[in-house]
Amino acid sequence: MKASAPELTKDHAKGGIPRRHWRIGDRIFSNLTLVFAMAVVGILIGMIIALNIDALPAIRKFGPAFIWSLSWDPVKESFGALPAVYGTLLSSAISLIIAIPISLGAAIFLVELAPAWIRAPGSFLIEMLAAIPSVIIGLWGLFVLVPFVRSPIEQWLGSRLGFLPFFQGPPFGVGFLAAGIILAIMVIPIITAMSRDVMRAVPASQREAMLALGATRWEMIRRAVLPYCRSGLVGAVILGLGRALGETMAVTMVIGNSYALTASLFSPGATIASKIASEFSEATGDVFIGSLVELALVLFAVTLAVNVVARLLVWRMTVVKTTRE
Amino acid sequence: MRKIKLLTPVILITLLLGVTIAGCTQSAPTSPAATPSPTVNLNGAGATFPNPLYAKWFDEYYKITGIKINYQPIGSGGGISQITQGTVDFGASDGIMTAEQLAKAEAAHGPILHIPMTSGAVAVIYNLAGISSGQLKLTGDVLADIYQKKITRWNNPRLTASNPGLNLPDEPIAVVHRSDGSGTTFIFTNYLSKVSPDWSTEVGNATSVNWPGDIGGQGNAGVAGQVKQIAGSIGYVELAYARQNSIAWAQLMNLGGKYIEPSLAATTKAAEGVTLPDDMKVMITNSSSPDAYPITGFTWILAYANQTDKAKGETLVKMLWWAIHEGQQYTQPLDYAPLSSTAVTKAENQVLSIIYQGQPLLSR
Repeated sequence: MKASAPELTKDHAKGGIPRRHWRIGDRIFSNLTLVFAMAVVGILIGMIIALNIDALPAIRKFGPAFIWSLSWDPVKESFGALPAVYGTLLSSAISLIIAIPISLGAAIFLVELAPAWIRAPGSFLIEMLAAIPSVIIGLWGLFVLVPFVRSPIEQWLGSRLGFLPFFQGPPFGVGFLAAGIILAIMVIPIITAMSRDVMRAVPASQREAMLALGATRWEMIRRAVLPYCRSGLVGAVILGLGRALGETMAVTMVIGNSYALTASLFSPGATIASKIASEFSEATGDVFIGSLVELALVLFAVTLAVNVVARLLVWRMTVVKTTRE
Repeated sequence: MRKIKLLTPVILITLLLGVTIAGCTQSAPTSPAATPSPTVNLNGAGATFPNPLYAKWFDEYYKITGIKINYQPIGSGGGISQITQGTVDFGASDGIMTAEQLAKAEAAHGPILHIPMTSGAVAVIYNLAGISSGQLKLTGDVLADIYQKKITRWNNPRLTASNPGLNLPDEPIAVVHRSDGSGTTFIFTNYLSKVSPDWSTEVGNATSVNWPGDIGGQGNAGVAGQVKQIAGSIGYVELAYARQNSIAWAQLMNLGGKYIEPSLAATTKAAEGVTLPDDMKVMITNSSSPDAYPITGFTWILAYANQTDKAKGETLVKMLWWAIHEGQQYTQPLDYAPLSSTAVTKAENQVLSIIYQGQPLLSR
């Protein structure tokens, strides 16, 4: 879908009327849309510049050590990003581990297996889940999910798998695990809806050919459908990951807001977004505010890095696919 | 067809222009210099802790005088930065401005007054099965060591020593603190810094600190929610919040060695055990008054001592005068502690010291 878009506009431009013959209305409209497009880019650049200016006191004071420093001490004005970066990546990773199998399963069911009368309401309900505001999901998380995570989930994990460093410590309920689960719930509808759309775009001829060769339904899905839309599926996961990395309100409510770097998933922690949301309103002093703004820059960088890696992944997959063919 | 195609961009542009022009005309009258209105309205911003009281005050004040006072509860830090930038007529804070903050604000606007409005207490709340409100007794240094994770279990000898009648369980203590910066945290850590030298050097006193332990909750509701959910947890919230939600709280040993339950009376008493300076920039935690609850603090309105607008200045001083006198009757019903008589006198002098071009705006 995405890959073919630039070609389409190029063809259109080639076959269309040359620009110098455009009517005045077309020109005005073209320039107007250009202004809008530039405005979007301008906002992004403006934001990065503004963030850099506000972050300057912290950048000057800590330099690159801000990235790997562990402390967050407003009294001594010593700040570092590592626990928040770790918390962001860890909670997002947990959410994807939970969300990917569920979302793909749901999408496969909706596209390939579900009877027709389930498809429409099923899809509709999943999209409804995506529309729930994150504060409400967070409240539900705090009052329903967190007690459930504390007992039985964490107690069970602690007693059975307590020898692993991931499942040690007291079961508070709030922590990385609860944050990961909440994020999974928010990410599932996004990945499901996107995956469903890309699977639906697989030509029926692919499936028919596979079935004609005597494949079972599962073989048809695995050999014909999934490989065909692999890059689209990765794209769906990336979109979900983007939501997970930046999600603020619901995570702040269930992650426990401690600034810790521990292997245990039971431990309360913080993400970049939750840290900013918690502390910004009462932050005083240029270095404190600057550090929070620099955290925002770090989040920018983390999101960008994840997107670049994902793009490379998609690109490599399509290259491999085309060379194979 | 062609006409319609041509028309669309034209309509779009006119719409766009229309919006911008409308935007300009709308914003014009809000500039204060443009239209001098007969009744002057005031804008303030700051602490969230006194917001219910301030909302009640400004509502009552509007009924009496017809003067509208807009108060935005954006937090003490926000109140301080707004008064520094000069975007409000008054700020509000639960903490004293630091020397650095004062220097910055006073360089631009002249002296900033801290005028006390009411005082509040911070209750230490807990969740222990079978131990009801007021039964648990804590000393200051034990509380500090619990929050520093030096005492980690409920049956620690130092806890059982002050609670001989209670059967404290052999369970870990889950420590809950505020995750957002807050005046409540400022008062709480100010107390811990006074009673524990270790706390003072290792953690310190601020609206947000480097917590050694456990769980952060958003706001009073977040802390109380965690304490209610987790057995064996301890936390701290505003007294008003603990009262309204009937959460079990602890008695704390005050400086005189007496265990005191948090109450409005014990909060007002706290101001009596401290010599109040004329500028009222004083923390009244760990008061020496024999019946005082130890974790209490004033909440202040921050005002410019030199007003630059006569009408606004007059409105402000009248409102402040009303707040520290008639306004005090609204404190107790809303679970705030009224100012002590000494505090009122000091506040009066501060209000009287507000001037416009060298002339006081209010005289007795």
